[in-house]
Amino acid sequence: MATRHSRSAARIMMAPAVILLLGWMLVPLTMTLWFSFRKFLPLRGGDLGWAGLENYVRFVSSSSFWPSVQATLTIVGGVLVVTVILGVLLALLLDQPMWGQGMVRVLVIAPFFVMPTVSALVWKNMFMDPVNGILAHIWKFFGATPVEWLSQASMQSIILIVSWQWLPFATLILLTAVQSLDREQLEAAEMDGAPSLKRFWFIILPHLSRAITVVILIQTIFLLSIFAEIFVTTQGSFGTKTLTYLIFQRVLESQNVGLGSAGGVYAIILANIVALFLMRIVGRSLDA
Amino acid sequence: MGRIVIDQVSKSFGDVEVIPPLELLIEDGEFAVFVGPSGCGKSTLLRLIAGLEDVTGGKIEIDGQDMTSVPPAKRGLAMVFQSYALYPHMSVRKNIAFPLRMAGLDKEEQERRVAHAASVLNLSDYLDRRPGQLSGGQRQRVAIGRAIVREPAAFLFDEPLSNLDAALRVGMRLEISELHERLGTTMIYVTHDQVEAMTMADKIVVLNFGNIEQVGSPLELYREPRNVFVAGFIGSPRMNLIEGNEAARHDAHAIGIRPEHIAVSGSEGDWSGVVGVSEHLGSDTFFHVHDTGVAETITVRADGEVGFRHGDRVHLAPRQDAIHRFDAKGLRI
Repeated sequence: MATRHSRSAARIMMAPAVILLLGWMLVPLTMTLWFSFRKFLPLRGGDLGWAGLENYVRFVSSSSFWPSVQATLTIVGGVLVVTVILGVLLALLLDQPMWGQGMVRVLVIAPFFVMPTVSALVWKNMFMDPVNGILAHIWKFFGATPVEWLSQASMQSIILIVSWQWLPFATLILLTAVQSLDREQLEAAEMDGAPSLKRFWFIILPHLSRAITVVILIQTIFLLSIFAEIFVTTQGSFGTKTLTYLIFQRVLESQNVGLGSAGGVYAIILANIVALFLMRIVGRSLDA
Repeated sequence: MGRIVIDQVSKSFGDVEVIPPLELLIEDGEFAVFVGPSGCGKSTLLRLIAGLEDVTGGKIEIDGQDMTSVPPAKRGLAMVFQSYALYPHMSVRKNIAFPLRMAGLDKEEQERRVAHAASVLNLSDYLDRRPGQLSGGQRQRVAIGRAIVREPAAFLFDEPLSNLDAALRVGMRLEISELHERLGTTMIYVTHDQVEAMTMADKIVVLNFGNIEQVGSPLELYREPRNVFVAGFIGSPRMNLIEGNEAARHDAHAIGIRPEHIAVSGSEGDWSGVVGVSEHLGSDTFFHVHDTGVAETITVRADGEVGFRHGDRVHLAPRQDAIHRFDAKGLRI
């Protein structure tokens, strides 16, 4: 793209994509902002005019608001911790030469291809069901009382389900990072007198820091908006009502589009705060 | 101290025997160079000594102690890798201090030894940089620094200069030789470059297909190569190897004559031929002479000012006392 001519040609050629993407992003965003300032009740009279900041005030002053923010952050945080730790361990394991390596890798990736709704249903009905679930049978086999997972340990159960879905993603990215580590560095560390745990801590983990950052950033984007897993399992009860779910309830169950849109704007703000913190904490390792 | 005895050591990867049982003794303080073409097992042999590979059979002794199954860190050896293998996320200071930190030395002692190594290697100004901010030669020095601070019984170098450009390589060669003189520690150095071997070694070990072809000082190998392989490998440009009638005249299967032992002139000599490519180095000129009737090409080294051109007919006079004779098995007669 050296000459002025090729630069302007490049701009023209990129324009359709840029316009499409901008429209894709701007139209819903503008509509959300617009509705958030309107009193809009589809089944109770439709658009009832200007509402000012009323929707915003109502959304925050609702008793469900702060618990929902907390639930969102707990799920995001919990899933990140589980997937990163297990992802690193699994990546190290899969990097070892073993029989049937290709097959095992495919199997490990498999959960990522299962749709969230399906995986949540499978977990709910086949694993966590207190009467027929596998876990209930195992508990009974050892003479214990089956746990009612989704009501007694609802948050942990959802974190477990979501982690199961995202672990393959983390493992895959971390595995490629592990494989790109220069073997001579490990050998040098071995000669320098570092036993395997110290080699992990001083050589492998710092090498993985960039991949871990990528995993954390990408997963956070998707985890902030998880919905299907909650909709299918607890329906937002037992303390699992996330911000996304709360917005869904406001719009579809209470039929209040204005209130839900205001919630959507808060969700954007929350996502930006989380992103800002993440970039501060882990973003630095992307520079190097 | 660093006397290394390799006793009937062999190595196989699966069914492939990379190193058949071999014997070697490296004296304390010696600069030993393993040299050979790629795939000859020289790096494997070094890794066996380091402990990064397990031996299939035989015994490795360091300073009289059997180290065959001792883990690498406990053998008292330090290694410099081809890729330098610096830790990219640590500063130069931390890189050099890493082995000391692993050994659990206190901070002051670490600091003292790092400072000493840095001053020996001219790295004092770079201690707080990351390896990524250093040039190839500086990285090489950091890798050596990391080896020095451990005060090992012996240094192992695995083709340490092959990633450097030609000018830097000459400089680092001198620095490593200088370091060896100063520390007096045993060094084992692996290279495929016979020039490095000739210029640095006290003792050269020529390897081919895992076998030791010859062990000796650079000049011993140059003067009396034990077989055709060593004759062809040591010396630059390569020795001319001639078979057939000309060799039979000397009662041998093959004869070898080094380019520097052939006089070239326009008028007299045993052989004559046509000059092909000539390489002018300034100090010397290498002529590749064709159509001599004794071999396809004969390489001749002449003074830099000798001015034959492409296509000139020249006469060659090999020095009779410098002809090496080999039998049908390739061994020196």
